[in-house]
Amino acid sequence: MFDPKQLDAIRRALQAWERTELAAFHARRPERRKSFTTLSGREIKGLYTPADLERFDYADKLGFPGQYPFTRGPYPTMYRAQPWTMRQIAGFGTAAATNARFKFLIAQGQTGLSVDFDMPTLMGYDSDDPRALGEVGREGVAVDTLADLEELFAGIDPGSISVSMTINPTAWILLAMYVALAEKRGIPLEQLSGTIQNDIIKEFTAQKEWIYPVKPSLRIVRDSIVYSVRHLPHYNPVNVSGYHIREAGSTAVQEAAFTLAAGLAYVEEVGKTGLDVDAFAPRLSFYFISHSDFFEEIAKFRAARRVWAKIMKERFGAKKPESMRLRFHCQTAGSSLTAVQPLNNVIRTAYQAMAAVLGGCQSLHTNGMDEALAIPSEGAMKLALRTQQILLEETGVAHSIDPLGGSYLVEALTDQTEREIWAYLERIDAMGGTVAALERNFFQQEIADSAYSYQVAKERGEKTVVGVNMFREEEPEEPAIPLHSVDPRTEKTQKDRLARVKRERDSARVRKLLDELKEVARTEENLMPITIECVRAYATEGEIVNALKEIFGRYHEPIVF
Amino acid sequence: MVSERKVRILVAKPGLDGHDRGAKVVARVLRDAGFEVIYTGLHQAPEQIVATAVQEDVDVIGLSILSGTHMLVFPRILELLRAQGAEHIAVIGGGTMLPKEMRELKAMGVAELWGVDSSTQDIVTWIRQHFKAEQRRG
Repeated sequence: MFDPKQLDAIRRALQAWERTELAAFHARRPERRKSFTTLSGREIKGLYTPADLERFDYADKLGFPGQYPFTRGPYPTMYRAQPWTMRQIAGFGTAAATNARFKFLIAQGQTGLSVDFDMPTLMGYDSDDPRALGEVGREGVAVDTLADLEELFAGIDPGSISVSMTINPTAWILLAMYVALAEKRGIPLEQLSGTIQNDIIKEFTAQKEWIYPVKPSLRIVRDSIVYSVRHLPHYNPVNVSGYHIREAGSTAVQEAAFTLAAGLAYVEEVGKTGLDVDAFAPRLSFYFISHSDFFEEIAKFRAARRVWAKIMKERFGAKKPESMRLRFHCQTAGSSLTAVQPLNNVIRTAYQAMAAVLGGCQSLHTNGMDEALAIPSEGAMKLALRTQQILLEETGVAHSIDPLGGSYLVEALTDQTEREIWAYLERIDAMGGTVAALERNFFQQEIADSAYSYQVAKERGEKTVVGVNMFREEEPEEPAIPLHSVDPRTEKTQKDRLARVKRERDSARVRKLLDELKEVARTEENLMPITIECVRAYATEGEIVNALKEIFGRYHEPIVF
Repeated sequence: MVSERKVRILVAKPGLDGHDRGAKVVARVLRDAGFEVIYTGLHQAPEQIVATAVQEDVDVIGLSILSGTHMLVFPRILELLRAQGAEHIAVIGGGTMLPKEMRELKAMGVAELWGVDSSTQDIVTWIRQHFKAEQRRG
């Protein structure tokens, strides 16, 4: 960016400034901390100048939006043509209750849907399973059969709104249900757009929703990606996620590095089927957190795009630019929210949302202010959505693409993040790749160590959280904001519904199809078509999961803390 | 001099929820503080937790619950402990719960609870004080 002569002059002037003005100021008024560090503990200097970007080549590092290496953004027009999708996740109670919340959010101007499932659905237990007791419809919506999905989308057109489903070890079943739903309603599969999370690797490392051992779990992901690429051209069959890694306690760099490591493991896994990388890589999508350290996050998003582009081009030999461009959903940081002084969470979320947009996200969920206390209330979700609308419509930050590109700090931090991501990827390669590292608990241990270090730093007061270890107040007896309450009738309603579906279906046919499913699982054939048959016949999620437990076995987690 | 038995603590994650960051950090802090810590791992049924607690002869069960099921799980654990004649085991816990719910749970017999913004050192201090008092009484 600067010629060497110019750089020399700048460096000399900088040194002179440090010796004179800066030294004199320091003498009169020392800085208020010994060092300033990011949320992840990296030191940040007081001033960044061209001297920090010594070998900075614009074309090599940045290029233009929509062009390799995509640092400035995956699309040439970014938000000027299409604002990010405002996608508030919702899910609680029965399908009917969540359907009503969806319609409320659409009426408030939300532009995409995102479904949160309850723990039994996420883990593959039906609502009438003893393990589901107390958890039916509590943290998300309960879905046992296609009948529930039909009710969830009643009066909503999956052909015209993109739908994201946050589900992992049972993702392929929900994808099968979504396909069956579209077919029943006469919606061509080419019209379906949206995403299914389906990222099993980060389940083993961070979020801990798993059923089967690692290898069959990866096979399920592979089958769903291959099916989707063939039949659902506008659908993202996997959303490689860093969010949960970070929430589990990782640093920003670990989040980015471990997510990209998972991404490349999927590319390798799908590649084994002989599918050309350019046939499926454009459909891979990502999901990152936007945490509280503004510049660290923006640098992370930019660096992740650059590293992914290089991986796809250089390591996998992708030819299409779409295969190299990283697109991501973003969510503000749940773990940054405090139960005390809950209104402060509105402000935290707004800053985090701005970082996500300045970092070039494609869709965004802003957390409700009440999420350290309960499932978000309707009012809290509306305010969170308004936060995004104000960001887009009033602040002007979305007018120009990558507006922080060229900032000495942001570019230096982006470069540093990129180097640190590569260093992790090299370590992972040296261990034999992502799956080998996973089986050695590498990710789990790294995340646990970072979580512990952060907690210690916070308790020493090195990391401040307003309202918690600074500016504390006497808390009122009860939270000063209205909270969502769980409908006590949900469990019974859902169990009754499930019993009715089971009575009304042809159970002999379901049994026959489940046997066929097991047969397919024993081969290398794709699991999706037979799963679609099963759900169409109203086989329950639990029945499908249990059938495959007989073939695949179960995962047993090694305990690391 | 009789060597003092270390306080034994079972850190447990009941239910289907996988949010184990808090449980693991607390387990490590308690271990660093000199207690003997056993961590159950994920997806434990109340029956499994109580069986482990009795078998391992622990002094404390610490439950981490972020799934909203605390009003079901804590009473169930207390009930199972009573049924086994193991009500001497102190039940403590942490997670996402409202002040009102914490008061109700303590009235039922939960020894102490901490919300999501708590300091882990408060837990260490509480356990030390609780067992000092026990020893004086004992």
